[in-house]
Amino acid sequence: MIFDRVVELHGTTVLRVCRALLDPIEADDAWSETFLAALVAWPDLPADVNVEAWLVTVARRKALDVVRARGRRAQPVEHVPEPPAPPPFDEVVARDDALLRAVRALPAGQRDAVVLHHLAGLSHLEVAELTGRSHAACRRASADGLAALRRALVSPPEAVLAPTPATRLEGATR
Amino acid sequence: MNDATTADRPTDDGSVRERLVGATGTRPGPALDAHLDELRDRLADQAASARTVDVFWRTVTSPVGSLLLCATDVGLVRVAFEVEGHDAVLDRVGVQVGPRVLRSPRRLDAAAAEIDEYFAGRRRDFDLVLDRRLSRGFQRTVLEHLPEIPYGRTASYASVASASGSPRAVRAVGTACATNPLPVVVPCHRVVRSDGTPGRYRGGEAAKAVLIGLESEVVA
Repeated sequence: MIFDRVVELHGTTVLRVCRALLDPIEADDAWSETFLAALVAWPDLPADVNVEAWLVTVARRKALDVVRARGRRAQPVEHVPEPPAPPPFDEVVARDDALLRAVRALPAGQRDAVVLHHLAGLSHLEVAELTGRSHAACRRASADGLAALRRALVSPPEAVLAPTPATRLEGATR
Repeated sequence: MNDATTADRPTDDGSVRERLVGATGTRPGPALDAHLDELRDRLADQAASARTVDVFWRTVTSPVGSLLLCATDVGLVRVAFEVEGHDAVLDRVGVQVGPRVLRSPRRLDAAAAEIDEYFAGRRRDFDLVLDRRLSRGFQRTVLEHLPEIPYGRTASYASVASASGSPRAVRAVGTACATNPLPVVVPCHRVVRSDGTPGRYRGGEAAKAVLIGLESEVVA
């Protein structure tokens, strides 16, 4: 298959995964990096590979790299009394969409289940292969993640946002 | 994909999926398409600098239908008519040149502009770098002789055979022209039957007649 068809078929899914985990500018960069990596690998990729799952794997890894790099940058700030100022984007999201904040605040397994299974449309089995977790764990995380999101979505915005500072605090004391 | 993987695809909770799609701003529609187009253009540029693209392509509209333009690092490698089936041509170019085929309107702007000018009657010769890898041997010899036929004029298959050094290869000249990978730009449309009828053409005889008519009108 020519590569362009790959971009046509899976460009939206990859963008969804990137946008679920990153702000729009970072998401665009992660999208580009995903397809650039795919271009390099494309001529040698086995014909039977599940292209969509493969692309989503790369996109998730790129996005998590960005999130981790952000965490590393934020670390020195822990030593000053004031909490680190959130990047301007966080405000946009807080106004715009509590849902994405809730997704990003989920434990890793539940977040993967929500983003990869419910948003990107991969099967639990594909998510299991992609994340190295068991099939059963992925099913469970999916149910738990949805329940957590539902709780977040029926609560008033303040309650949705409440767990996020708590998570940050928890992370900072470790 | 086996049944085990498709069986547990998400089916429940369309509303959560719907809301996630909305929250990520990726609902299908013109806004998403425009953004993906921009991302694809950027990808093509980045991939070009990384030299990980085999073929760039875009389409242009013309009086003989939509034209597909394909280019490599070297230059323009293929021009195709709608009647050839653009998807089928892209697949074949992917096999002939390489599978890393990317759409990039921007990278083919110059070629598209020259083709626009040609159909507007404002351009007689193309000033584009060509990648002739899709024609070989005698066909290549024939095609390289075609620009010698002046704009607005035609030559017979027999005279092109003579000019190519093989006066008896009239039929082979016909095939070479009918399978020209760079029609319009390499003017195989100026080669016609001895009785003056257009003869075989990748874009169909009618398209060939349009090009001959356009050029003769401009020079008249």
